[in-house]
Amino acid sequence: MERRSFLKVSAAAGGSLLIPVFGNAIAADELLSPMAVQFKKSLADAALNAATKAGASYCDVRIGRYLNQFITTRDLNVEDIVNTESSGVGVRVIAGGAYGFCSTNVMTLDSVADAARQAVAIARANAKLQLEPVVLAPVKGVGDVAWATPFKKDWRAVPIKEKAELLIAANKAGLDAGANFMQANLFQVNQQKYFASTDGSYIDQDLHRLWSPFTATAVDKASNRFRTRDGLSSPVAMGYEFFDARPEHKLKAAGGVTTLYNGSYDLIEDARAAGRQAREKLTAKSVEPGKYDLVLSPEHLFLTIHESVGHATELDRVLGYEANYAGTSFATLDKWQSKKFKYGSSIVNFVADRTTAASLGCVAYDDEGVPAKRWDIIKDGILVNYQATRDQAHVIGEKESQGCSYADSWSSVQFQRMPNVSLAAGKKQLTPDEMVKDVKKGIYILGRGSFSIDQQRYNFQFGGQLYFEIRNGKIGNQLEDVAYQSNTQEFWNACTALCDARDWRMGGSFFDGKGQPSQVSAVSHGSPTTRFNGINVINTARKIG
Amino acid sequence: MKMLTQDQAKQICDKVMALSKADECRVQISGSQRGNVRYARNSVSTAGLVQNTQLTVSVAFGKRQGTASVNEFDDESLEKAVRRAEEVARLAPENPEFLPAVKVQVYKASSTYSAATAAIDPEYRAEVAAASIELARKKGLVAAGFFSDTTGFETVANSNGVFGYQTLTNLGFTVTTRTEDGLGSGWVTRSANDAARFNAREASEIAIEKALTSVNAKAIEPGRYTVILEPAATSEIIGRMFGAFDARQADEGRSFLSKKGGGNRLGEKLFDEQVNLWADPWNPDVPVLGWDNASMLARERTDVIKGGKIASLDYTPYWAEKQGKRAIGRHGNMIMSGGGKSTEELIASTKKGVLVTRTWYIRMVDPQSLLLTGLTRDGTFYIENGKIKHPIKNFRFNESPVSMLNNIEELGKPVVIGGDEVRYQMMIPPMKVRDFNFTSLSDAV
Repeated sequence: MERRSFLKVSAAAGGSLLIPVFGNAIAADELLSPMAVQFKKSLADAALNAATKAGASYCDVRIGRYLNQFITTRDLNVEDIVNTESSGVGVRVIAGGAYGFCSTNVMTLDSVADAARQAVAIARANAKLQLEPVVLAPVKGVGDVAWATPFKKDWRAVPIKEKAELLIAANKAGLDAGANFMQANLFQVNQQKYFASTDGSYIDQDLHRLWSPFTATAVDKASNRFRTRDGLSSPVAMGYEFFDARPEHKLKAAGGVTTLYNGSYDLIEDARAAGRQAREKLTAKSVEPGKYDLVLSPEHLFLTIHESVGHATELDRVLGYEANYAGTSFATLDKWQSKKFKYGSSIVNFVADRTTAASLGCVAYDDEGVPAKRWDIIKDGILVNYQATRDQAHVIGEKESQGCSYADSWSSVQFQRMPNVSLAAGKKQLTPDEMVKDVKKGIYILGRGSFSIDQQRYNFQFGGQLYFEIRNGKIGNQLEDVAYQSNTQEFWNACTALCDARDWRMGGSFFDGKGQPSQVSAVSHGSPTTRFNGINVINTARKIG
Repeated sequence: MKMLTQDQAKQICDKVMALSKADECRVQISGSQRGNVRYARNSVSTAGLVQNTQLTVSVAFGKRQGTASVNEFDDESLEKAVRRAEEVARLAPENPEFLPAVKVQVYKASSTYSAATAAIDPEYRAEVAAASIELARKKGLVAAGFFSDTTGFETVANSNGVFGYQTLTNLGFTVTTRTEDGLGSGWVTRSANDAARFNAREASEIAIEKALTSVNAKAIEPGRYTVILEPAATSEIIGRMFGAFDARQADEGRSFLSKKGGGNRLGEKLFDEQVNLWADPWNPDVPVLGWDNASMLARERTDVIKGGKIASLDYTPYWAEKQGKRAIGRHGNMIMSGGGKSTEELIASTKKGVLVTRTWYIRMVDPQSLLLTGLTRDGTFYIENGKIKHPIKNFRFNESPVSMLNNIEELGKPVVIGGDEVRYQMMIPPMKVRDFNFTSLSDAV
């Protein structure tokens, strides 16, 4: 089906990072008035009562108002400004031991009650084909509570003109520095989510996120070559203060090859560097394929973590619920049960969490009303846990859910989605420059590039934005045509050094795709600069026609 | 909200345009009802129904444009949508590349609607799941699948008198069957406008056969092999190339179709002469709307690659005007010519080779050469002396569709590849291709 519209999900590949999803356009001044909590509560009660009366043993209601603004620019032109809104109610029930789900965008008491009854009818139809009844881990009702992403400047209140001018200034900086073309976008997201359930919770959450991706392109028509360099920032759960770049949030990359950011972002400075670096790429040396020690910057490594650890430890994949689309996982229950499966070297520690400030996965409660948590996934290199929802917790002997439920819209059914899964910093003091000193033959990789991994998360191939040659402890010039191929377990067991907490920061994505029909979620992954020894690097240059 | 008839849609469009005080007004209404059933571990996991009808209004004052949408259709909501669009337009900076709304178009109808598909109900969906699960269970396999069906309509109109209305249906089905020990896996995909062309049992049996025969795969060395690629294995590879025919990118020097020294490669032979690729909204197997919603321009049957030569590039209205070309509606489907042989017949004429059922997680590595990477999945087999010899472990490939379509040995009979999970509705043949580049092994089953 043709799905290029702004208003639909593009689902070209599952279990992977996808393309934006958005709702209906609305005017800027209406963004600021929230839906009254009492109104939401009355809608929720109508659904809960109707479902219970129709025989549901459990019901939850999610009332969502999703507000977004997108600004797209090309060189010195603003191409599009779109304000979008999507509002409605999703009702999930358990009846006869099976789930049923129905959603409506008609927000009246009658309509939501009707949706609840339809959900019960669907559950009863599903129950005939259900082998085992759904078992939910208990969660304590919390009554009426509210939580919001902490922010200083509300993106919704910043004038459109100011935001457009920032993007155009970034494009101009990139063009002046050597790019032939610049494209910069600003994605701003506000999810107003109200959750209520028959467990006695009425949870009102207000989530805010931002992302400003850009691409600088340099062209040499004489040689018919072109190269791009994307921005090095990541999406964040912050307010517009993210763009008030503070000196203390700027970090020099190893060897001073570029500037990196943690806490706020100098978009114009990064665009200027991108314009220069894109042009330098046109004449950079093509990599010699072979084994290299890789020094991976957090802006790059987050995506390798996402694909090789984040997805591999999703319990629904392990159990086979995603077998037809995103895939299953090599990290099977027997490996976890053995308590000695060496996922990585002994310095490798992964923590799942939904609590880190400014991270995309940060909430107070998940979409089943479970409080946000933090837990170990890999401890001293050993696989010790997974990511689970209420209906999965019993499978891994947990008494309660880990709070990993999420739906991307009021119209989508919630299911298991990834929390932030992050690599812990090293315990010994180590800076990126100190890490590079010991590397004889290596490559320093920064920024998110091409990415691909198999459906059980063994074999992967990643590229980046910037590659610098390391020879005898010194960082040299840019390399081109670099991608590394490895196997998840071999790769994490080849992890030999981690920089310390001073260097730890998060990358992330708005568009992690999973499920049928496909849904997207936003997630962050933190790490320090990390070293991997003896990784296979291929040369990706090809000649065609 | 229920499906709108053509008269109802026209009335709403006219009302919206009459409300607008802007220099011009464009209206689009999309409505659909999407039903689905999902199953895994031989049991239904979720089933749902999503109904949505949406009005999108786009207005312009000079070169300032604004857009708004609503899901409600009472008079007050229609006016609200128009005023919101006007407000955004007033806040927007002038876009030097803005072009006025298109003049009246002739939209030739295509057969995108099937009453049999529109009649699909929850029982039909449950039967699809039940049949598929039952067949898998009988063979000791575990099934995970997804069936979805859509019935909807599309309407476009503008203040220059453009109007189009058409109803559409579609269905898509995929199922993965795996052995309980996880050592074998098979998959199949089906899509159709017309439910009469769909048979869940026939499809499920193919996935089952693949699962049973893929057990205990042997590893063979990565390298360049003659491959037989089933249509589902090339749909995304070719689809990504098909989506990269943008004339502006080529003219600006940032495309695989850019020419050394400037300009583009229109007319050059880049592929084997057996390669013929075109778009045709009226193709009876993969019909799509006779217009493109974004530009409201009428679509045309268009050769994209003919006899291996680049036959046309895609022009946006702005770039067409700047280059003195004629813009048409963006393509909605992709058809590739083939021969009369089935996949089995292509295997029978192969001395040594690899059969690929499906490819997965395909991403661009280098847009300069269109180098793509991805993996095989759910049924990869070694062929010797015209027969499938044994299953083999999956491979990662690094290959450009340009090279792949240059190395064609033989093409089979095209089949429909569509549904929600591909870029275009396509007709693609199975292909025998030499020197396909597998770069590493994967342990994934």
